[in-house]
Amino acid sequence: MNMIATQKSVHNGINVEALVGARDAVTQMPAAAQFQWRAHCEWVNGTHCNTSVEGFFGLGEEQNHKQKATFDADHPEVFASEDNGITPVEYILVGLASCLTAGIASVAQYRNIQLHSVKASLEGDMDLRGILGADGDVRNGFGDVRVCFDIDADASQEDIEALVAQSQKRSAVFDILTNPTNVSVVVK
Amino acid sequence: MSGVNRVDCVIVGAGHAGLAFSACLQEQQIDHVLLERGEVANAWLSQRWDSLRLLTPNWQSQLPGYAYRGDSPDAFMTAQETARFISGYAGAINAPVQTSTAVRRATIHGEGFKVETSRGDWQCRSLVVASGAFARPKLPVFSSQLSPAISQFSCLHYRNPRQLPYGDVMVVGASASGLQIAAELAQSGRGVVLCAGEHVRMPRTYRGLDIQRWLHLMGMHNERYDQVEDLKRLRRLSSPQLIGDVAQRIFDLNHVRSLGVQLAGRLVSAHGQTVQFSGSLRNHCALADLKLQRLVRRIDDWADRQDLLMDIDDPVPFGPTQIESSPLLKLNLAQRNIRSVIWANGLQPDYRWLDMPAFDDKGRLKHDGGIADIEGLYVMGLPFMRRRNSSFIHGAGEDARELSSHLVQYLESVACPMDNLMVGNC
Repeated sequence: MNMIATQKSVHNGINVEALVGARDAVTQMPAAAQFQWRAHCEWVNGTHCNTSVEGFFGLGEEQNHKQKATFDADHPEVFASEDNGITPVEYILVGLASCLTAGIASVAQYRNIQLHSVKASLEGDMDLRGILGADGDVRNGFGDVRVCFDIDADASQEDIEALVAQSQKRSAVFDILTNPTNVSVVVK
Repeated sequence: MSGVNRVDCVIVGAGHAGLAFSACLQEQQIDHVLLERGEVANAWLSQRWDSLRLLTPNWQSQLPGYAYRGDSPDAFMTAQETARFISGYAGAINAPVQTSTAVRRATIHGEGFKVETSRGDWQCRSLVVASGAFARPKLPVFSSQLSPAISQFSCLHYRNPRQLPYGDVMVVGASASGLQIAAELAQSGRGVVLCAGEHVRMPRTYRGLDIQRWLHLMGMHNERYDQVEDLKRLRRLSSPQLIGDVAQRIFDLNHVRSLGVQLAGRLVSAHGQTVQFSGSLRNHCALADLKLQRLVRRIDDWADRQDLLMDIDDPVPFGPTQIESSPLLKLNLAQRNIRSVIWANGLQPDYRWLDMPAFDDKGRLKHDGGIADIEGLYVMGLPFMRRRNSSFIHGAGEDARELSSHLVQYLESVACPMDNLMVGNC
């Protein structure tokens, strides 16, 4: 093995020791691995709503983000809406891009690969006949989702492709999008 | 049957692993018996499909003091030939096998273990589990929700295309078994959908040499469990997409697609006639392609540094796995005329008879290179148990030698502790 490569210091802003430590900790104590993510949403007007995210549960106790974050969602004017925010499905793209990118940085750090830039372009195809109820054979959600990464790093093309592949393998949002999930919606 | 048979060691299972262990115990003159539910090499006689051949060439069929001696070292044995090879070994070493003896329960008892069988009970001081790493299908929970109109077969019970009801077939799993079964069904004229999750793509031959020859030359078969990174992952790896046929340079998803098999992602749900597949097929193929390239490069780098005595061909690259732009996500089996499902998504050991606290929270036998947590209990033949080749016929010898000497030392250490104290030797 190339000793120089394994000894050089790589800074992608990821604390690998903490991640590896966390993996060991939750292997020993699976209960600590049980997390719950939460969001609270309130209708504003029309198709506009506002969602806030602050607390979550993990490591056996209630946790809080450093600060509360709020997100406006709406639909564009071509939908006869006021466009007070991005559409809910665009938030899905935000989630997927952020998740894969965070994964790439983590895996790169673990593999001693220095990143210089990571850019992603995402596209999600949708046939509106689904949500408009115009054709029962068309699904509501995305048809195909495409992600294109443009990565500058101290690594071969093949190693970069391996980073991206491993990131997908360990991505929560990729899993959420590609595999079925039981969702229950109730009224209080 | 009256009375309890006593012996120093009981080996459960008279396949290649149990027999290799027996040979080592005989050398050390340890009194033992092999309990076999059927005949010697039972799984090869009763749980293999008709066209199956070993994934390792004949020259690799080696057990302690015994090896293939025919004139086709580069050919691959059929299941029947493998069974004959193994029973030939049992005869050659005169192994103390008691056939047609099903082990019903083994418990910690007395100074060792009690083994209850369909033909009497045994009391032993040590116990070797050699009943096979691939004894029982790992069915997903939703397999029971499939419509009863769909016939289900595990790869242990599949024999040939004629056995299946009329209609098309869904094969679940893309390791060696799933791919081989999908290919032969497609060639028999059936429509086939193959569900592929993570898989290991591996060439049969590369640069003119069999892949097993390369792995052998490079010493990869002998890589030890305590000297590799990420042992957990290595133990979980599915068996590589190989077939015992030198005519196939690479037996992979591209090949089965060329036979008309339709690829889908990992099967993630089934209910009635409706099944769903993961949308991750493209990434699973990308991962397998990248790992294939890494293996090929490792071989090239190694070959460049050697003075190989044999001629090797120039490298010819393997292209990427081709998949449709939008693979299937959902399927109604009835509409597609699929009447049977073959589970080739993985096999596991069958430890239901082993009634002792020997397992982790996921039901896996806890062991360190085959030495279980419970003193006197050993296991053989698990994937990457002590070496990369631990689950192969040719891997049983070294493992059996090491584990049997551990076992002998254990027996000596507990032989007569009181005498030890009083006399000072034993």
